[in-house]
Amino acid sequence: MQQLNLLLTSLPDGLLLGFVYGLAAMGLTLIWGVMNVINLSHGPIITLGMFSTFFIYTRLGLNPYIGVLPIALVGLLLGILIYTAAVHRVINGPHLSSLLATFSVNMIIIGLGTAALTTSPYNVDFSAGSFKLGNATILGTRIIAAIVTLAFTGGLYLFLYRTRPGKFIRAVANNRAAAELMGVPSTRILALSFGIGTMLAAVAGGLIATFFPFSILSGSGYELKSFVIGVLGGLGNPIGALFGGLILGILEGIIPAFIESSWVPVIEFVLFIFILLVRPSGLFGAKK
Amino acid sequence: MKRSSTILTIVLILGLLLAGCGGNPPTEKPPEPAAPTQVESSVPAQEQPTTPPQPKEVTVVIGFTSSLTGAQEVSSKRQVNGLNLWMQQVNDAGGIKLSDGTVVKFKAVTYDDESNKERVQELYTRLITEDKADFLISPYSSGLTAAASIIAEQNGKIMITAGAAEDDAYKTGNTSLFQLYTPGSQYLLSTVDMLKTLDPSAKIAIVHENDKFSTAVVEGLKPYLAEQGFEVVLEEGYASDTTDFGPIINKIVDSGATVLLGGGHYPDGSTFARQLYERKAGLKFISLLVAPADSKFPELGEAALGIATSSQWELSATHTPEEAAALGKEFYGPTGQEFAVAYETMTGDKPTYHVAGGYTAGLILQKAIEEADSVDPEEVRTALEAMDIFTFWGGVKFDISTEAHGLQVGHDMVVAQWQKNEVGELKRLVIWPADVATIQPLYPIPSP
Amino acid sequence: MNAWKKHLGIVLPLLTVTALALWPVVTDNPANRESVFTILKAVALASSLNILLGYTGYVSFGHIVFYGFGGYVGIYLLTEKGWSLGEALLAGGVASGLLALLLGSAILRLRGAYFALATIGVNEAMRAFINNFELFGGPTGITLKFSVYKEYGGAAQALQTAFYIGAGLALLALILSYMVRSSKFGLGLLAIRENEDAAEVMGVVTPRAKTWAYVLSAIIPGMVGVLFFFKNGNVEPHDAFPLHSSIELLVMVMLGGQGTVFGPILGAFAYQGMRGYLVTSPVFKDIQLSVSGVLLLVIVLFIPAGAIGWLRHRIPPLRRLLA
Repeated sequence: MQQLNLLLTSLPDGLLLGFVYGLAAMGLTLIWGVMNVINLSHGPIITLGMFSTFFIYTRLGLNPYIGVLPIALVGLLLGILIYTAAVHRVINGPHLSSLLATFSVNMIIIGLGTAALTTSPYNVDFSAGSFKLGNATILGTRIIAAIVTLAFTGGLYLFLYRTRPGKFIRAVANNRAAAELMGVPSTRILALSFGIGTMLAAVAGGLIATFFPFSILSGSGYELKSFVIGVLGGLGNPIGALFGGLILGILEGIIPAFIESSWVPVIEFVLFIFILLVRPSGLFGAKK
Repeated sequence: MKRSSTILTIVLILGLLLAGCGGNPPTEKPPEPAAPTQVESSVPAQEQPTTPPQPKEVTVVIGFTSSLTGAQEVSSKRQVNGLNLWMQQVNDAGGIKLSDGTVVKFKAVTYDDESNKERVQELYTRLITEDKADFLISPYSSGLTAAASIIAEQNGKIMITAGAAEDDAYKTGNTSLFQLYTPGSQYLLSTVDMLKTLDPSAKIAIVHENDKFSTAVVEGLKPYLAEQGFEVVLEEGYASDTTDFGPIINKIVDSGATVLLGGGHYPDGSTFARQLYERKAGLKFISLLVAPADSKFPELGEAALGIATSSQWELSATHTPEEAAALGKEFYGPTGQEFAVAYETMTGDKPTYHVAGGYTAGLILQKAIEEADSVDPEEVRTALEAMDIFTFWGGVKFDISTEAHGLQVGHDMVVAQWQKNEVGELKRLVIWPADVATIQPLYPIPSP
Repeated sequence: MNAWKKHLGIVLPLLTVTALALWPVVTDNPANRESVFTILKAVALASSLNILLGYTGYVSFGHIVFYGFGGYVGIYLLTEKGWSLGEALLAGGVASGLLALLLGSAILRLRGAYFALATIGVNEAMRAFINNFELFGGPTGITLKFSVYKEYGGAAQALQTAFYIGAGLALLALILSYMVRSSKFGLGLLAIRENEDAAEVMGVVTPRAKTWAYVLSAIIPGMVGVLFFFKNGNVEPHDAFPLHSSIELLVMVMLGGQGTVFGPILGAFAYQGMRGYLVTSPVFKDIQLSVSGVLLLVIVLFIPAGAIGWLRHRIPPLRRLLA
């Protein structure tokens, strides 16, 4: 009974956090789906999003949510830049090259970030209020973040299914060679996809910054979570990633009700391996 | 085009090879040829007072790594600042004058250990053999120090440890470490004493980072709580990279706890404190390790109010010559105010206990050299083992038994809490022990 | 004569590692010894990883799990059960081999990125588990008593001994790597790398071959783990399973040239040497990570086959020498 109570208290919170986890993972899984690249610069880009929020709120004194659109735009451009500079040349190379290329981008961003910002923690002292729902405390920042996530998910869905470039992206993901034959400008589409992927990661970082303190090294934890979520929802399936994020958020919320919280990562990663073995296409993917 | 890419490639490969072979230049040049060991061998100091004084200057090299990057950065940098301040002061004052007329000055050589154990041993070996370090200061954190201590022991170098509180490293049978901090297992004992007077019926939740230092603190805390008759309603470890403390806080509230003791290091501690505030956990008292002792902590805003910490040293409760006199011990070095003013002049920042720790590490080395009247490691070691003094940092005395050689036994901790002053600024004030407290504990913490 | 010529490929790797190991002995400089130990450790780990990554074509992101797990088992037996260093080293190797055998039969069914992700999961799950596992000291880990070193002639002598053992393990790793490469078993692995389904059709029992490659690539990292933690005097969960080092190993293998015997040695030497230089260099100290990143990126973009792969491709007469 006590556990049930605790579970109900932690559930809404985990769920809301799950939206943002999902948004970050969506970026990772989109890039994987379109070009079979595991983007190892995902974590640092999330961190850059966090610091953008910090500067917008703490240095410019603006509401952090005003920053969402500029962060998205900068994320998009940064992604296109990374693709052009580091990924394009190796996109058809041996399967490992793209891993190494994105890992070097990871090192470059973290190195410059460390020199400029040090590895000290930063905090965005922002609050959007809170209210009680039964025993649970619901934080305003998490509600707003969930709404922003839903807006981005909806926007991404419309973009992929209703617009011309979006359809091109899906065509390239499906079969790049065939898409090229049909006249799809594949290089530009790949760059755009990479840009959208990093945009989602940066926005997610910007939102997470309103919840937790962070440092330049924080991104790697969220990158790992994005891997787990990507697999839960099916790699290459952006909408699945949102559900994967929700599942992870809920798990993180309710597992501590039953056992010590230091066991959370054990359960998370064992589940991750289990899903990979049993349903590599994800919980929502078609069964092979 | 093709040719140019070939050339580029060859250059790159050559570059790689060169990089691999390249020697690693030290951060600073090795000291002048005047090696300190020559001094003591030529002049067995006090026994031959008739030797004509030859004013000669030796430079003692102090080697250490610090975490310029990585998880331990915040506290590590403060420790280095403190040490640098001491060194600057002693050198500006003309160094230490030994009885044979030798003037001892100091110089630091340091590398970045990246808060990572992989290269710590490599770097300390380099400090000793390439940079000819005479004395060592420990890295920040217990894990890094444990690895470095083996190199110190191997080379017979004295290592004064600051920021390496966990007890285990001193119980391995080594004889080179000298600990400045009160050991980890005693960190929270004075907090328990205080609770005993404030609220003996408090229900305690122990929630701590699942790492070496914090676990050692908790292991020392639990038996003492039981001895004092407190009820522990929750004991929980969390992973070091935890960011969402929501479920844990729900668990604390659910357990009916009124007091929280725990935390870990800076990143997780500040995250924890912020969420305790946001979620209106309604606890009467919260004590977290390390994080609230840092001057960055008020960046959390209102969330910092009422958070307490065990502190190795606080300016407002600094130790005084009068205190030393009452105990019949010698007071050595500057007063706390003098130290604080000098530090603020140098950095514009208020000193924390990590700064004071770094400074005192240098200060006791200075004292030991003066006592030994020599820079010979063995004589300095003997002086350290015999040391029983008072500084602004408090008592300094080492365990010299073989079971726990070098463990600090002379130093006590204080409890400090973030409270608001008349103009509403957050200040970290000493609330315990009662005789040095500058203000009453804020108990219970007002609900937000 | 012919037999000698046939085995020309091992000459250069052997010479390089031996020269590396002798350098600190000749210069009699402990600082060199420590730097070389870091490099030899990387050589042993990268050469082992190469058996799986380079020959079989399976990208393991979490190979460091064998280093950590073997290390923990060995140190536990050494401190708690009073085993000697030699026995502990063997036990660490065996433990890692068994772990690979167990894991391999499950996760080697996955291909490409799915396998890579599973290895990350294994490493993280293991780290989180050990952090909660009281027998291995949980979060505090295990601290060695100094009396342990007394059996090996004190701390100074023990570090020297550890260095020789480290050199031995590096040599062992490259001999193992060479033997696999030049055996029929190795040919089977190369076939799997090129096309797993075709290899199966040609008669390679792929699940068994892959599992053995995995086991072989796990044993030496387990032993290196025991040695490193013995030398370091303590082991904690976050030092034993650093995911970042796992990725650095991939980088080393790729830099030098995957699938060659000499490549990982060159890669480990270059990468560790470069990081060691940059981290202590006054000029690059602050941005050393970025400098490493830029260098790596340039190499990945312009010499994707790694240094040895590129040389083999450019200068065919060298192929026999640069196996």
